[in-house]
Amino acid sequence: MGVQAKRQAPRIAVASGKGGTGKTTIALNLAAMFGEPVQLADCDVEEPNLNLFLQYEQLDSQPVIMLVPEIRADHCTGCGACSEICRFNGLVSLGASKPLLFPELCHGCGGCALVCPSEAISERPLQIGTINSGHSNEIRLIEGRLDVGVSLVPPVIRAVTDQLFSDIPAILDAPPGTSCPAVATLREADYVVLVADPTPFSLHDLKLAVAMVRELGLPCGVIINRAGEDLIGLSRYCQDEGLPVLMSLPDDRQIAEVVSKGQLVAACLPEYGLLFKQLGDRVRTELQKHGGRP
Amino acid sequence: MRHAQIKELVVLSGKGGTGKTSVTASFAMLAKKAVVADCDVDAADLHLVLSPEVQERHCFFSGNEAEIRFNDCTGCGKCHTLCRFDAIYRTENNRFQVDPVACEGCGVCVRFCPAKAINFPERHSGHWMISQARSGPMVHAQLEPAAENSGKLVTTVRERAWELAVDRRIPLIVSDGPPGIGCPVIASLSGVSLALIVTEPTVSGLHDLQRVLALTRHFSVPTIVCVNKWDINPQQTERIEAVSRAAGAQVAGRIRYDRGVTQAQLQQITAVELGCAAAADIRKVWQQITRLL
Amino acid sequence: MNLIAFSTAGTELNDELDPRFGRARGFLLYDLTLQQIRLLENEQSRNAAQGAGIHAAEAIVKAGVDTLVTGHCGPKAFRVLNAAGVQVYNCPVITLQEALQALQSGTLEAATAADVEGHW
Repeated sequence: MGVQAKRQAPRIAVASGKGGTGKTTIALNLAAMFGEPVQLADCDVEEPNLNLFLQYEQLDSQPVIMLVPEIRADHCTGCGACSEICRFNGLVSLGASKPLLFPELCHGCGGCALVCPSEAISERPLQIGTINSGHSNEIRLIEGRLDVGVSLVPPVIRAVTDQLFSDIPAILDAPPGTSCPAVATLREADYVVLVADPTPFSLHDLKLAVAMVRELGLPCGVIINRAGEDLIGLSRYCQDEGLPVLMSLPDDRQIAEVVSKGQLVAACLPEYGLLFKQLGDRVRTELQKHGGRP
Repeated sequence: MRHAQIKELVVLSGKGGTGKTSVTASFAMLAKKAVVADCDVDAADLHLVLSPEVQERHCFFSGNEAEIRFNDCTGCGKCHTLCRFDAIYRTENNRFQVDPVACEGCGVCVRFCPAKAINFPERHSGHWMISQARSGPMVHAQLEPAAENSGKLVTTVRERAWELAVDRRIPLIVSDGPPGIGCPVIASLSGVSLALIVTEPTVSGLHDLQRVLALTRHFSVPTIVCVNKWDINPQQTERIEAVSRAAGAQVAGRIRYDRGVTQAQLQQITAVELGCAAAADIRKVWQQITRLL
Repeated sequence: MNLIAFSTAGTELNDELDPRFGRARGFLLYDLTLQQIRLLENEQSRNAAQGAGIHAAEAIVKAGVDTLVTGHCGPKAFRVLNAAGVQVYNCPVITLQEALQALQSGTLEAATAADVEGHW
């Protein structure tokens, strides 16, 4: 949509309609076997899990700030214009006295400050989350963590992607679903890897995810996780829709056990490590096809 | 039937994919009389195993979206300057357009456009349905892709479920909750009688459980926890159960890893109807729940 | 105490109290002096994606209400009502007539704070 600045290095989002298909496992192991320095962004800010799997040295922790209004009582005439423009019930004007503020509902649009006729509104920073960054071998991890109880998710996701260097490839672990948190992540990507497993729930949600990715105009491919007997026509669906299957990871209990312990599949099970290395190559090929630079 | 006589159970997970929906589906069949509410409105799956026949379908509107009228746009760019969400971009012919995906619906551009060239209609964000499922009455919904998920649709689903429960004198609502800890989860929690968190015996499962527990504690909702696929990692299962108890949540039982659950999905029935191994474990958890409700 | 608001889905004093405030179906306003009833619908608040309680509070304050009887009131709504000098009473789900009687006989306790956590 619109005109996007061409970046030097590509950004690959790993997403799925359904939660629990293995996005985090895929993103992690793809990064570990990428074969060159790579950034790994945890955009699942409600439940960021990448850090659990990496022994990493924490370099930096920064608050995610949203600007919320602050009223100067001596300037305020109680006109109520600020309350009127606010679509989110972030300000309430009860007449003569200065308005009540509800910063937790504020979306940071700045409308109230713009509309105030008495210059009574300035803005102050409110913390809504944290960005943690660190290094693990060749992986630069950037994690977004929403503060518990905060309602607004996209600004924290945007804060994560703002931290990415433009000259190093990045893998974005997206939140599950197809609503605005997932979309806020995918908007930052050049290519989307959709993860599904051969269950009816997963196929149903994959279709929703494909619709979302197409609406965003992004190229994508599919990874089949926990592949076994395909009794629901997942492969056929991918074929019919022209979606390349980038990798198939079998339904191996060993994988489940490694992941449950918070370990890297590629490191503990070398035969799968090779698959993830090949996935990296495949993704680079796909990116070249679609005009991005590998 | 009076409002206060109705109980509501919400099933949450924190992390997605723990088996929350499969377990909820079984509960729906085990409950003698219950209204089922599918509050997992972003990627709803419950209907795939409960086979609801839709009786009513309603459009859902949430918030507004800005639309610039091409013919009235003078290309001054004031909207582009003021928009804090990167939602307005310049087109080839130097007019401006709104990216509906990024538009937050704040109305600032609408208000300040010198040519008054911006419309601000309500945003069609999805649908909600009232149906008759194999388990009984069911209220469910589907968000449009890229729609904002504020929790309003969840609230709508729950309110309709409550109305049905009152009208048809059904004393229980079983609600499939959303994953995560954001607005939709908060909207599914308020005023419930009991929250069950279904998690998995993994490091992610434990981590995400703790965030949901913090949320249910914050809203003073009685909470119980159940580890699904527990035998993948018995040690982690025990750790999770200890953490739950320390946080004031009861342990409701354990459900074993069982491919039968997927088999049931394939046959479009619930695990308890298939009678697979995990079904016995699910029944035990349900018994605990009925004792607590 | 002059203009009392009751949260309700109903239209007369025989109807039941709606336990919610922010997303109540509507409000029945009872003028003690004139002994008259006025109905205030709550559609806009119900439609709000967030801050329904705030919006509903604003609406009843603008309508001149000085007393609110409802089931539960969250912290944001309570803050607005308190700032505007509206006295809040929490009441179980009974008929509005019963609630009015309880209020006038002093059986209902005036709320000093929100009685539930807020939600969206």
